[in-house]
Amino acid sequence: MNVANASVSVQDLSLSFGSVTVLKSLNLDVAEGEFVVLLGPSGCGKSTLLNCIAGLLDISDGRIFIKGKNVTWEEPADRGIGMVFQSYALYPQMTVEKNLSFGLRVAGTPKDEIDKRIARAAEILQIGPLLQRKPAALSGGQRQRVAIGRALVRDVDVFLFDEPLSNLDAKLRSELRVEIKRLHQKLANTMIYVTHDQIEAMTLADRIAVMRGGVIQQFDAPQVIYNRPVNRFVAGFLGSPGMNFLDGRLENDGGWHFVAGELKVPLASYDFEREPSPGASVFGIRPEHVGLNSGSGWPFTAQASVDVVEPMGSDTLVWLKLADQNFTVRVTSERAPQSGESVEIGFDPMRASLFDEQGNRL
Amino acid sequence: MSNPAVLSSTIAGADAVRGELSGPRGPKPRSVLSRRNIFLYGTLFLVAVYYLLPLYVMVVTSLKGMPEIRLGNIFSPPVEITFEPWVKAWSTACTGLNCDGLSRGFWNSVRITVPSVILSIALASVNGYALANWRFKGADIFFTILIVGAFIPYQVMLYPIVIILREIGLYGSLWGLVLVHSIFGMPILTLLFRNYFASLPDELFRAARVDGAGFWGIYLRIMVPMSMPIFVVALIIQITGIWNDFLFGVVYTRPDTYPMTVQLNNIVNSVQGVKEYNVNMAATLITGLVPLIIYFVSGKLFVRGIAAGAVKG
Amino acid sequence: MSVSMKSERPSRLFRNLNAKIASVPMILTALVVFVGGTAWTVLYSFTNSRLLPRLNFVGLDQYYRLWAAPRWLVSIENLLIYGVLSLIFSLVIGFLLAAMLDRKIRFEDTFRTIFLYPFALSFIVTGLVWQWLLNPEFGIQGVIRGLGWESFNFDPLYNSSIVIYGVLIAALWQGTGLVMCLMLAGLRGIDEDIWKAARVDGIPTWRTYVSIIIPMMRPVFITTLVIIASGIVKVYDLVVAQTSGGPGIASEVPAKYVYDYMFFAQNLGQGFAASTMMLLTVVIVIVPWAYLEFGRRGRT
Repeated sequence: MNVANASVSVQDLSLSFGSVTVLKSLNLDVAEGEFVVLLGPSGCGKSTLLNCIAGLLDISDGRIFIKGKNVTWEEPADRGIGMVFQSYALYPQMTVEKNLSFGLRVAGTPKDEIDKRIARAAEILQIGPLLQRKPAALSGGQRQRVAIGRALVRDVDVFLFDEPLSNLDAKLRSELRVEIKRLHQKLANTMIYVTHDQIEAMTLADRIAVMRGGVIQQFDAPQVIYNRPVNRFVAGFLGSPGMNFLDGRLENDGGWHFVAGELKVPLASYDFEREPSPGASVFGIRPEHVGLNSGSGWPFTAQASVDVVEPMGSDTLVWLKLADQNFTVRVTSERAPQSGESVEIGFDPMRASLFDEQGNRL
Repeated sequence: MSNPAVLSSTIAGADAVRGELSGPRGPKPRSVLSRRNIFLYGTLFLVAVYYLLPLYVMVVTSLKGMPEIRLGNIFSPPVEITFEPWVKAWSTACTGLNCDGLSRGFWNSVRITVPSVILSIALASVNGYALANWRFKGADIFFTILIVGAFIPYQVMLYPIVIILREIGLYGSLWGLVLVHSIFGMPILTLLFRNYFASLPDELFRAARVDGAGFWGIYLRIMVPMSMPIFVVALIIQITGIWNDFLFGVVYTRPDTYPMTVQLNNIVNSVQGVKEYNVNMAATLITGLVPLIIYFVSGKLFVRGIAAGAVKG
Repeated sequence: MSVSMKSERPSRLFRNLNAKIASVPMILTALVVFVGGTAWTVLYSFTNSRLLPRLNFVGLDQYYRLWAAPRWLVSIENLLIYGVLSLIFSLVIGFLLAAMLDRKIRFEDTFRTIFLYPFALSFIVTGLVWQWLLNPEFGIQGVIRGLGWESFNFDPLYNSSIVIYGVLIAALWQGTGLVMCLMLAGLRGIDEDIWKAARVDGIPTWRTYVSIIIPMMRPVFITTLVIIASGIVKVYDLVVAQTSGGPGIASEVPAKYVYDYMFFAQNLGQGFAASTMMLLTVVIVIVPWAYLEFGRRGRT
């Protein structure tokens, strides 16, 4: 992908406040109509990056293109973006209608054009009956919709979302998540969405950019990021409960093996990213990729003792001791063992992720 | 594109494309001398000069001799610096009644301010603590009256307090004035302490009760040590407020117990004799010095204090 | 014995006894000084007390006399001019200064410190400094005349028709810093996202202030208004120090009228009536505010 056909293109972007560097020569290309999620723990620079794209923060170096146009020095209003904020940032003393139209009125848009756009936004977001209300008289979800509407009436190509759902309760959050997805399907705009919630990222994104310390760790489709994380940070950040990590060594005695204590996992089926070498390594496997007492059929099985059992309703988390290390398995509730029992676990090393000492994928 | 190595190779490939696309790069150039900045800093600077001018004039006038004042202009710095006006203001300036300078008023103000500050803060902090943590029926009614009372012009209560002080034999004494300051400091201080104590985690209070501490034990051993910042804020409000008071001083004390502000006014505005502007300004400056020092030393805490203490008017 | 004590219900009065003891000063202040004192003064304003308070009722006599007294009328007129102008100017200047300091400028702390220091001073100090600065012979007028502009006239303290403006200048110098601080706190309380949203919407800065920020700061404005207003009614020390009410009676204010009648003219009844009028003024300012502030909150 290059600048010409990217909807949003960020090139060598750096940002520092005094001596603190927040973003380090960062590159990001978002395709037309793509839904990209910037995901990471707080302080990773994801909101900062979004604010730079919006033009709300002055960058220290690099360039930003939107729709092939260099907007690095443009004012936010001239960049062809709409933005939805975490706190909604609705103007409290204006009605919903005035909130939606304020920017257009200041820009001198003809009245019938304003009315047309508001009617369209109201229809898409189903906020027609709310137009004459003040923001204080709206529920959290309604405010969120109005905030989206404000971006919508601007008739722009790129939508920026800054953690738009994090002020809502869990139930509403999942409802609005679906609505945003529906909205994207209907409008087919480019959307860049910042969140620290991995479920939002997994469900909404065409591609996820996982960030840490101002650097994009991995930028790929959700399934790739989930199944083939490029490093231990990405592997650990996604998934709940997190991926199991076993410390051990990589050894080659007629085929590669991962060895931890008495445990010896054959890696014949593992798809190595690069040529491995013997030495300390970390073996990672997700709790849902492990079977418990499920008989034969697994390429690898081992004995473990049950430490704690946590029923979660739909399924049960079983905390085990495997080669003296903590290990969790997710099983259906009927199969849950008792604490203290000895059980057999099994998995396919093909689904595992191996990392070297530095935490990079092998 | 699933790993950084691959990612960087695509970036290298894109470099060629990027080279062709010239255009703005890096931070938007902003002139330090933009119109906005010239206007902003220019205005602020002029306003700052206006605000500093009286202080400057006070200082230079107090360091000039009278002949120089009569000849020169008030803004010019002293040609010959003299500290005589300061000495005279402090020790020999005359009010209508006596000629021992501001020193008497200064010590009176110290003798008024110190006990007033201690008493008012002690009363209000215990009271605020009781209101925040040991609510009893009816407490809120009295508290509301107290806060509303803070808005009543003092003039309405001046005379009734004269009667009360006379009845308990404190009228005209320093202790009478201490009592008055404690009374009128109560609304704002109680509000300050009540809100602060209420903002402390309730678990601490409950844990201390489970541990068997009582009303005074919790106050002294848990609340006070945790609340030093708010005590400092209260201290700032009270010291400056009481030091600067004029009305209560002139109403409730006698000439020999007048606080500094009253004495200053009597020195400057007494009609007899030739006006000695340098001595007047030295006296004014000396009186303003205590709150000014507190202001410049306390910095942000003062701002917090006035935000809270603004109610005092 | 202790067992039988425990089974008895403790008297309600003694429950939470320490808290009640701690609140005694507050209760006494509220009831005796604030409620009692106010009621006493209002009551005695209907008497003809002169040197000593006496319960010899004369109806509204004191009020008729008050509103016929030229000095009181001048005081009220001064209070109105001074009050309205100092409200407007301190709010406008205070807000402008706060808005400028809020523009992420350098040396913000230094500027704030400079604008606020006069507030730390006593009104007596303020009054005396400005008395000196406005001295026609040596002050600002003298300096400008000395520069060659012989006909320059600026002697508010010696000109009875404009003396109250001289007091106003001093009051603004002292009080604007406080307004600025309150406004700055209000501006800092506004969600950063609102500014961002306005920028994305392309709203010019001035328009953002006028259409969004100032309406959002309405509660701050109202609170500040009440604080300034209740301070204005009490203005006393400043006038005493700066002009002593002169020239003649041109800069008299109600608070000074009260004090002079109570403690010099030995006409307590007049003093009580005048102070009751002051109380009434405050009530007129406070009640609508309290209704807006607390009444509305109570309903929602």
